[in-house]
Amino acid sequence: MAELFSLQQIVNGLQLGSIYALIALGYTMVYGIVRLINFAHGDFYMIGAYAAYAAFFLFNAYIAPGNVLVFIVLIVAMLVGAAVAMLSNKFAYKPLRYKPKLSSLVTAIGVSMFIEYFFSAFPPIGPSPRGFPEVLPKVMWTMGSAQVSNYVVIDLVVAAALMTGLTLLVQKSPLGRAMRAVSQDKDAAKLMGINVEGIISFTFLIGGAFAGAAGLLAGLTYPRIMPYMGILPGLKAFIAAVLGGIGNIPGAMLGAYIMGIAETTANAYNSLLGEGIAFVILILVLLVRPTGILGEKTADKI
Amino acid sequence: MLIVKNLKVSFGQIDAIKDVSFEVPEGKIVTLIGANGAGKTTTLRAVSGLDKSSGGSVIFKGKNITNMEAHQLVAMGISHVPEGRKIFPTLTVRENLDIAGWTIKDKTIVKHRIEEVFELLPRIKERINQLGGTLSGGEQQMLAVGRAIVTGGDILLLDEPSMGLAPVLVDEIFDKIVAINKRGTTILLVEQNASEALHIADYAYVLEVGYTTISGPAKEIAADPRVREAYLGV
Ligand SMILES: Nc1ncnc2c1ncn2[C@@H]1O[C@H](COP(=O)(O)OP(=O)(O)OP(=O)(O)O)[C@@H](O)[C@H]1O
Ligand SMILES: [Mg+2]
Repeated sequence: MAELFSLQQIVNGLQLGSIYALIALGYTMVYGIVRLINFAHGDFYMIGAYAAYAAFFLFNAYIAPGNVLVFIVLIVAMLVGAAVAMLSNKFAYKPLRYKPKLSSLVTAIGVSMFIEYFFSAFPPIGPSPRGFPEVLPKVMWTMGSAQVSNYVVIDLVVAAALMTGLTLLVQKSPLGRAMRAVSQDKDAAKLMGINVEGIISFTFLIGGAFAGAAGLLAGLTYPRIMPYMGILPGLKAFIAAVLGGIGNIPGAMLGAYIMGIAETTANAYNSLLGEGIAFVILILVLLVRPTGILGEKTADKI
Repeated sequence: MLIVKNLKVSFGQIDAIKDVSFEVPEGKIVTLIGANGAGKTTTLRAVSGLDKSSGGSVIFKGKNITNMEAHQLVAMGISHVPEGRKIFPTLTVRENLDIAGWTIKDKTIVKHRIEEVFELLPRIKERINQLGGTLSGGEQQMLAVGRAIVTGGDILLLDEPSMGLAPVLVDEIFDKIVAINKRGTTILLVEQNASEALHIADYAYVLEVGYTTISGPAKEIAADPRVREAYLGV
């Protein structure tokens, strides 16, 4: 049995947490701005992985595997994730914006199932898993008692860069201020001259791009992709967002890293426990602190 | 400047306003008075685009703006201080003011208008770094008016600016409204406090269960026995 709380577990946990964080942010931002739990969000992540896969074969003819190729594939995954998220918003969620919440929730489940079944039935993709290509050669280093690969570095750096960018955007830029305003009071935001639907669409764009990036990172790290790959990570990232306080951006990051470390640690003990730990966490949060770690009634819901 | 004709707004089965008509001439203060539930808030929300009308028309500066989007109307020159103030609670006072300049490309204008707000409402300046949600009710009301000044519309719609304020503050806010009007902004004022509203207004309309009924110069309305009995409590 692997040692619990070893440096290796922490590294693995941070790596998994980075992927959860990128997904959880989309859940939490969309919830913050339209109070919708977008159950299709995990599928945006899956689409990101397939987009990265396609981009690899498209560009590999011209560019050898390496950091440049990773960067290009990342951009494609983010663009495709963003586009799918914006389209879902436009065609599925926007028409129901001022209808009862349950309609949107059911629609979100519908969008999720549509994407999954469509991908399974669509011949170029199909239901069976595929191996994800080596977008860059793997290099391993030994750091104390842990093995660290360049993939770990990429996962952590991409997630950290995107999260830093997002935090700056939301806290410092006029656009971020508008996002916070829309999340607090849509009527008041309209009266400030803000195009509320435009801001909502932009929020979906960011969430989708982050999910797309997570799709690439997951493909790299756990190189097997399939149309249903978004369900479990999506659910776990959602739980991470709830753990941190749904609607709260730093909360989603914190929740995701706690989730990642808890899962790898539990996994080292027993793989079944690893799979189940997310749900144990969900139940605990709902019992002990339903608002999540950083969630408060007055906190910015974005 | 603003002409509202036979306006009707329904929420499902409920007709919130049934037939509302009034005019607001440029540079004047016009007040709508009426009992709770008469449809005053709904009327303002339909003018500023927050609620959609199901009949009638709204003409602003000669253009038919019926059912246009609220954010577009802001850019066209309609500022609305809504019922309940609607300050952004976790934005600071400064951020609340800054964001009111959203549609203005030239940020030096925004800066200049914020200076004007400080001059007119010095209390706001003292609170500049505080979160909107931590202001007192009266301060929030001032901030809501301040935001509308930054937005800088040609017409300012005010929904019960005196609500919940102590009597001294009520006088203060009415003074500010007159001052804003003197600076050249046309004002459409909705009030429960009919006597103060009639005192500063040029024209007045009475709204009763979704219809505009009595109207005329504010002085005449203030003297009208029906109004005196129903709204002025004399
Ligand atoms: N969103 C809504 N859904 C259903 N009914 C509404 C809605 N908004 C307003 N109404 C109804 O329309 C009528 C007019 O409401 P409105 O808020 O315009 O009145 P008001 O004159 O502003 O009253 P008050 O002085 O209490 O603020 C009321 O009967 C109200 O219940
Ligand atoms: Mg009202």
